[in-house]
Amino acid sequence: MLSRVANSLFWMSRYLERAENISRIVDVNLQSLLDYKTLDDKRLKEQWDPLVNTLGDDELFAKLYKKADSRSVTEFLTFNDKNPNSILSSIVSARHNARSVRDQISLEMWEEINRLYLFIRSKETKKLWQENPYDFYREVKQTSYKLQGLTSATTVHDEGLEFIMMGRFLERADMTSRILDVKYKTLQGEVAGEEALEANQTIIQCAAVLRSSSAYEAYQHLYASEVVPKRVAELLLLADTFPRSLRFCVRTFDHFLRKMTGSSPGYFTNEAEKLSGRLAAELSYTTIDEVFEIGLHAYLDNIQLKLSEIGGALFESYIFYQQTDLEQEIQIQKQVQQQQQQQ
Amino acid sequence: MLFRKYQTEGFFDEMFTADGKVRPHYQSLKTRFDELNVKEFDQKREAVDLSFMRMGITFTVYGDSEGTERIFPFDLNPRIIPNKEWEYLQRGLEQRITALNMFLHDIYHEQRILKEGVIPASYVLSAKHFRPEFMHCKVPRDIYIHICGTDLIRDEKGEYLILEDNGRCPSGVSYVLENRQAMKRAFPSLFERAGVRPVDNYATDLLNTLRYVAPHGKDNPTIAVLTPGIYNSAYFEHSFLAKEMGVHIVEGGDLLVRDSKVYMRTTRGLQQVDVIYRRIDDDFLDPCVFREDSALGVPGLVNAYRAGNVSLANSIGTGVADDKVMYYFVPRMIKFYLDQEPIIPSVPTYLASEKEDYKYIMENTAKLVVKSANEAGGYGMLIGPKATSAEIKEFQKMIKAEPRNFVAQPTISLSRHPTYTDLSQMEGRHIDFRPYILYGDKIRIMPGGLTRVALKKGSLVVNSSQGGGSKDTWVLYGDE
Repeated sequence: MLSRVANSLFWMSRYLERAENISRIVDVNLQSLLDYKTLDDKRLKEQWDPLVNTLGDDELFAKLYKKADSRSVTEFLTFNDKNPNSILSSIVSARHNARSVRDQISLEMWEEINRLYLFIRSKETKKLWQENPYDFYREVKQTSYKLQGLTSATTVHDEGLEFIMMGRFLERADMTSRILDVKYKTLQGEVAGEEALEANQTIIQCAAVLRSSSAYEAYQHLYASEVVPKRVAELLLLADTFPRSLRFCVRTFDHFLRKMTGSSPGYFTNEAEKLSGRLAAELSYTTIDEVFEIGLHAYLDNIQLKLSEIGGALFESYIFYQQTDLEQEIQIQKQVQQQQQQQ
Repeated sequence: MLFRKYQTEGFFDEMFTADGKVRPHYQSLKTRFDELNVKEFDQKREAVDLSFMRMGITFTVYGDSEGTERIFPFDLNPRIIPNKEWEYLQRGLEQRITALNMFLHDIYHEQRILKEGVIPASYVLSAKHFRPEFMHCKVPRDIYIHICGTDLIRDEKGEYLILEDNGRCPSGVSYVLENRQAMKRAFPSLFERAGVRPVDNYATDLLNTLRYVAPHGKDNPTIAVLTPGIYNSAYFEHSFLAKEMGVHIVEGGDLLVRDSKVYMRTTRGLQQVDVIYRRIDDDFLDPCVFREDSALGVPGLVNAYRAGNVSLANSIGTGVADDKVMYYFVPRMIKFYLDQEPIIPSVPTYLASEKEDYKYIMENTAKLVVKSANEAGGYGMLIGPKATSAEIKEFQKMIKAEPRNFVAQPTISLSRHPTYTDLSQMEGRHIDFRPYILYGDKIRIMPGGLTRVALKKGSLVVNSSQGGGSKDTWVLYGDE
């Protein structure tokens, strides 16, 4: 497979996963605001600031908006084309990548991605978002789910699919770590003062974290108990069977990475396999108590760094072809021609 | 309903005779259309437009910073060609591409046609797209033009005329295939009875043509379509053809030349490429040889081509056959190489660099169509009867400065075809026709082609960049 094609499939998939996750997070946050007794500017800022912080870019946000409230932050994360991680930007990028590999993906997938693109670019959609954000975010999420089904049901299961899967699970791991990071204080039981006085605040916030990862039902299924912060963190970090936990995502990524070379777990043949295997092992042999000892925020920081290193190594191993310098290449080829003429 | 007020207005109309009778090969179509009311027709039209947009069958509008994509307007009333007419066209097109390929081989080798004075040598040697660097370069199977799109028109009597040859990178064939799909979705029942020849074989035929010219007759060659990239207006077509043929679509940056061989960069290392269907013009193909500022091409590609390690379709240097001055000489080529008379006539042409013709052109500019020798897409063209006197003066100045670069032809009253308009009825609009000819182990002509229609009332310009649309084109098994 062409390196450029592999790269485009990988990023198409990443951007779609990103759009889906941001939709869910923003949607959940909007809904959880409805559960507050009082809602002043300060409370709003507390609610939205961490989102900008972990999903976007503080400086960029400060440049574009006066204050962080429901309106400005959701706009920033949804429709702002200056924010490279907004839902709009992600969908535009996903479609751009899909378009450059149209011959490699099924018609069904292409039509669906293109439909999503036309949806987000249309004026009516912006109106829908203003009047009924729930319907809007649902549409984005549903399309992403549909695309995941179409990917496995309509494309050839070969190298191309491996890059799509790697893109999806690397992005998902990254997103789950960010979702946890937004509320790390609550999850570690460190929230004090005014907020803690509202007895059910912790539960509301934990439920929001679960819903942001569509893990609410999974939690009930696995723990069958009331929402306990530590268990929420455990589920999203270390669950073996929940498809959005960090452990699950990294293991799945590792599985598809190894399919490329056929190397067995426990061994590696290139840098990407080494780093991915190491992180998978780390997540496999860790307990939530140990994570809390290190501190959830510090632990997540480290994970994010490692995820980004794995992405880089994947690029180096499979996608990064020596990008030749055009001028230099012209010189080389000219010399070759001159030599041939002399002979 | 749709045809109630229809008038042929003295033009040759594809569907109706001058006295308003429907031509026999359109009868069953008209019967079906008469059953539809305006509302139903509009619904079908909207559904088709929407499906084009959804499928991303669009072209990029140049000079639009948002990268807006548009659909190529599609008219639901198909153009129909009866079998007898098609057989005639086929014979004429085969004759023409044979002569053009013999001509290209000749001028890049012995130049007999120049030495014997059939075509003045200066015309060929001064042609913008003549590539003297490729003299005596052997091309696989001696084929220069593998894919040709020849534009045809019909005059006021309904006679077919060759308008121009496109022997470089003719585009539009994907629209032919998608238009047919759209028509089948919109009017499934029409096709059952109509006896329309399928066009689906094009991609297979193209693949066979490309395989046939593989270097050293290689059995299972690696083939790629070379595109300028996703911002090119024809990108949809490039990826469409790659997908239909099941071959790679590559950009310049995906290719690398080493030891005079062309390689693709893949996830498993370098893989050699044998045949390239290139959709990039000569000028941009290789910055070492042609335009140095081209970032689209592949350094060293031409050298690999010369070494015979990669085949290009079409070959380099075919643009000389597209030159509108050369068009004038095609009938002579047919006579010279094949000892035949041209089967399909050409439009009478005046060469501005010939003394008498020059005088005629200058005195009659307002009546003529003046064309620049090497422009395409409806640019660099003056339609005398529709031009202002300032525009005419401007062109006369350009002709005077560079007579070699201009030809003129009488204004042909192009045939018209009933076309659905915003007024919810059919009106006559001018059309042309581009069939696609493949030249490999044998000549294959897709039974169909791109019918382009000038959607603006009275307009003679059918190009998509200037308000043109397209129609499905049906070639029938029979004559009715």
